[in-house]
Formats: sequence, structure tokens, C-alpha cells
Amino acid sequence: MMELSSAGRAAPDPGTRRVLVTGLSTYWGGRLAQALESFEQIEAIVGVDNREPRRELERTEFVKVSNQHSLIQRIVRAAEIDTVIDTRLVVNSLGAAPRAAHENNVIGTMNILAACSGSDSPVRKFIFKSTSLYYGSESDDPAFFTEQMRRPHPPRTALERDVVDAEAAVDDFAQKNDVAVTVLRCANVLGPDVDTGFTRMFSLPLVPMVLGFDPRLQFVHEDDIVHALEHAAFHGMPGTYNVAADGVLSLSEAIGLLGKMPAPVLPPWGTGLIASPLRRLGFRIPDEMLNLLRFGRGVDNRLLKSTGFRYGYTSREAMSKFGEHLRVQPVMKGVERAYTYEREVEEFLRWSPHVRRERADGEGVDADREPLGI
Amino acid sequence: MARSMDSDRTSLAYTEDEREGQPEGDGERLPERRPAERSRELLPAIEPDRQLNDWGRSERVEGFMDQTLVEFFYRYWFRAEVEGIENVPAEGGALLVSNHAGALPPDAAMIGKAIREEHSNPRPLNITVEHFFKSYPGFSMLIPKIGCVAAHPANVHRLLYDEEQLVLVFPEGRKGTEKLYKDRYRLRRFGRGGFVEAAMRAEAKLVPVCVVGAEEAMPIFAQLDFMKRLTGLLYFPVTPTFPWLGPLGMLGYLPAKFKLRFLEPLDTIGLGGAEAAHDKALVQTVAQEIRARIQENLAEMVGRRKSVWFG
Repeated sequence: MMELSSAGRAAPDPGTRRVLVTGLSTYWGGRLAQALESFEQIEAIVGVDNREPRRELERTEFVKVSNQHSLIQRIVRAAEIDTVIDTRLVVNSLGAAPRAAHENNVIGTMNILAACSGSDSPVRKFIFKSTSLYYGSESDDPAFFTEQMRRPHPPRTALERDVVDAEAAVDDFAQKNDVAVTVLRCANVLGPDVDTGFTRMFSLPLVPMVLGFDPRLQFVHEDDIVHALEHAAFHGMPGTYNVAADGVLSLSEAIGLLGKMPAPVLPPWGTGLIASPLRRLGFRIPDEMLNLLRFGRGVDNRLLKSTGFRYGYTSREAMSKFGEHLRVQPVMKGVERAYTYEREVEEFLRWSPHVRRERADGEGVDADREPLGI
Repeated sequence: MARSMDSDRTSLAYTEDEREGQPEGDGERLPERRPAERSRELLPAIEPDRQLNDWGRSERVEGFMDQTLVEFFYRYWFRAEVEGIENVPAEGGALLVSNHAGALPPDAAMIGKAIREEHSNPRPLNITVEHFFKSYPGFSMLIPKIGCVAAHPANVHRLLYDEEQLVLVFPEGRKGTEKLYKDRYRLRRFGRGGFVEAAMRAEAKLVPVCVVGAEEAMPIFAQLDFMKRLTGLLYFPVTPTFPWLGPLGMLGYLPAKFKLRFLEPLDTIGLGGAEAAHDKALVQTVAQEIRARIQENLAEMVGRRKSVWFG
């Protein structure tokens, strides 16, 4: 069980200096590395992934490596990494084939944990981005899951099984090693840059609902997840925390906030059967969402708030904001410049004696982000 | 309106499986992670623009039902008479414990209405119902909107302890609503005392409630087991109007006179509060005591009643 300092807030952790971000090429890894770059406290940021980064990074060192623990272990020891932030978890079954997702979520997690363990490991802090899919969604769930609750029913889909397995591995690691482990279970995320089953569903002109069901759902804005990862990096807060914005919306309410119309077209029985013809029509419902569309899920977010973290958006605000994005998106399509990673360019910018460092400062840092400060 | 709590789950205590799921910690089921004030402070604020609260309760739907159906039954059909409404605490969490009857029991709605109509501080009442409803299309949509909450120990604890609200439980559960007319006003077993444990853990007051009239409003003459299996319903009763009038027959209440009596509350802090919630013997004793008090008052109320229809 977690310990709160006397004020109730988590104490700042000045020991976070050399950080390894796994999954640098995922949305979360890239956003987090960008965020960390602006903190002077951080001496070194190393990012690993098996694909090339998709966000422009200024001082983060990218190492292309697959989930091989011996290689990652060498990087960890050579760079004397004190904090590992694992943002790799695949939480959307549409994003990866089941086998690839399993490889990444279970085997990948085990490898990274193996790379950080050992008595001579320099790692003292491990932050794992998990998902509230961990809890599942069933008819006899409590209205608000708290962090001490284990999943009440066995996992239904391959992805959920992987998440449970990955968390079990992290839990085992926390017990056997002298490392402060923070697990962040993030709720359904909304935002202009993420692509999940929900953001796709809400982008449709008519939003499908299961006939006769109006589930309670909790969301969180993408910025709040980045801030929560940052918050965990800069504070000593071992334990498991739910990351979900204040407020649980019913699906019909959420659709109303988007200014759209609900379409109760999914049958209450055999929803899985109709899901496959729908997939062919272009609307793909991930398996892990089928139960969520009937029973919903709410989580208790007070534990993270008690560490001093404040959310920028409530569920309702995140939803309204996402609605704004959906209306602007068709107008602004293609305006943003896409970034491509070129190893030679990145190396030139980082190491060439001809680059004027003072001028390069500040470039590449996401200008509109608000550092949380310490 | 409300269905009773699942018979397999009449207890508000954690089942063995759930208990295993709890961390070892200090051995508490729902350990107090921080002082009450702090955890209340961190509860999400209520956003004024919203039409629903975080439990899915809709003031609009509830208000509409309250002014139409419930109003009609409370005032004109059942002509409800209320005694001892001052026993419902004006503030703080309180667990109301009532007897339960009728195939589609009207008692929960009447208790809620009585508090809204008669109490000096009319607070919303959260009615605990079976988890079962959540898997029924239609019901699943409507039930939370009118103030019903699944009878999960964590839900009851949050409502009583963190949100300091009024919660209504029917410890008889389905055993109460299944019983036949010939067994009227004879209380069934009070679950496993889980409701007492929940109230003690939350240090909330326990308010016993007696309802007379619900048994005659929808007398059940028989339970048809084969029809229950055929239709997949919770039970298949034979009442004066069901199944003769189809599903609407479930609302076919006879105009029995309703009398509600709120008994003096029991302070669980005096019993030892959250510390003593593990004391199974104490929990059982208190549950028995409350059952006995309700039974005694019911007998007295039925004895005084001259007519089923006019009171």
C-alpha cells in the first residue's frame, strides 16, 4: 500500500535525472520525451523502440532496438539510467494484430523488466503506463473501481489477458526488486492526436449504441495522461493509480456533448456477431469495447489527486474539446507538417560542431505545452 | 420499481472471491486510505451543466417519474401515510432497511417519495438493486436514471461514507418479493447481515423502515417455475393482473392503503464503528435485532389496521 507524506502529497523526487523511455515511437513515448526535454533536472533522455520516432525531438537519444533484454540492459547500464518509463503497452486491438500485441505487451514487458532487474542495476524507479481495461467491464462491477480492486472476472479478450499478464509481471518485479514502481491505469483517452476505438466511433456521423443500454463511461484527455506520466517521473509515488478525469458520462450524454445523434443500431444480443459485418462496412469495433458499450466502467481517481496531481480537463470538458476538434478537422486537414525521422539529420543536429547550440535551443520543444513544474 | 437484491448476493459483504482479490494490506476489506475529510474533498465536483450525475442518475427523468407515476400512486392510489419521518437523518450517510414485497415492488418508490414529500431536508434516496438489471436491455438504461444503484459493497460504501447519502436496502432480497400471499408480513431471512457490516464500516446510521400495504397491492398467488425457466425472468409470479394483462400487468397494483413507519435510527458508532465491522457475531446480532424490530412493528401495524383498502 502506498504511503503519503504528511501533507498528503507525494514528495518531489530530485533523483530523476537519467531517463529511459521505452516505446519512443508511440504517441505517448514521443509526447513524454518532448515534455521531459524542457526540464533542466533531466540530464539524459534515451528512447528505445523498434520503429523510428514520429515526433521531432531535440536532445532525446533514439536507439533502435527490439524488445531484447540483453541489449536494453546494456543501454540501461551504460547510460546509468535511474528512471525507466514504459509507455509501450498496446491498448487497442485495432492497432496491432493479436500476436504482435501479445509479443509487445507480455513478452516486451518481461524483457524490459528483466533489463532493469538485478542487484547491480542502476534503475531505482519504474513507471508503467497501463490501462483501465485491466478491470474489464461486466454487469456486476462496482460503479467505481478503486486501485486495490483486482479484476473481478477473468479476461474476455486476448488483449485484456495480455494487460493482466503484463501487470502481474510488473507487480512481481516490484516485489522482488528494490525499485519504486508506479503503475498508471489510464481510462479511455480522448484528444485530437490519438486513435482509439472510441475516437473512431465518435468520429462517425451517427454514433452507434447498443439498443437498450446507456453505459457510464469515463474519459481522460491526452494531455492529462502525458502530465500524469510527467508527475509520476518527478514525484516519489510508488503504487497503482487510476488516471481518469473527474466525472462519469453516460454514452448518450457524451454523444450529446459532441453535437451528434446516437444510433441504437447494435442489437443487445449477439453484438459480437453483427460486429464482423460492420467491420466490413468500415466501422470496426474492437472486441474489448463490446462489453464496455453495454456495461461501461467508472473508476475512482482520488488516489492520484491525493498525490497533488490536478487534471486539466473533466470528462465532460475532454468530450467537448474533442467535439471541437472533430468540427475543425475537416477544415484544417493536411495543414500540419508531418515529421519524418532521418538518422543523418538527427545526428548532424546533435553532434556536429557546426551546429550553433544556443540557436538550436528551444526548437523542437512543443511550444504550447505547459510544464507542470516541480 | 426496484428489483430486490440478488438472492445469491443478498449480502453486502464481499464474497470469498472478491476477498481474495483484496490486497493483504492491514486486513481490512475496504481499507481507509486516508481520513474521511480528505477523500471527500477529492470527490469530483458536480458540474452544473450536466443532466446526469456520476452514478447515471438523471434529475429530469426522475423528476418526470416523480410528478407522474409515483405521484399518482403515492397520493391517490395507495394514499400513503407516513410515521416517524424525523427518524431519517437530515444529514450524513444513513442506511435505510426495509421489508420488501410485491412482484414488482412499489415499496422503494414510496419510501423515496415519502422522504421527498415529508422530510424537512428532502434528500435523494439511492435504492440498491440487483446487478441483474444491468444485463437487461431497456432496464439497464432506465434503472440508474431513477436513482437505483447496483448492490455492490463498494457502491454502498462510497455512497454512505464518501458521499454521505441516503441508501435503501432490502435485506430480504428476492426472497421477499418471491413469497406468496399466504406468507405476507412474515419477514424472510435478512441475508448474511452484510447491510449491517456496510453501515458499520461507513459509520452510518441504520434506519429500519416498515411498509404495510405492498403485500396486498400485488398479492402473489403462485410462482410458476417452468414459465420462469421458459422466459428467463427472475421469477414468474401469478398476480391478479399478471400474466393476464401481459407485461403491463406487472404495474397492476390493487389500491391497498400504504402505511410507512420509519423507526428510530441505530447509531453504528455506538456499536464500535468501522473497527467492529469484522465482528461477525455482533453483525449477526444487530441484523437479527433490526429484523425483530421491523417484524414487531409490522405485526402491530397490521393488527391496528381495520381495512386493507381504507387503513
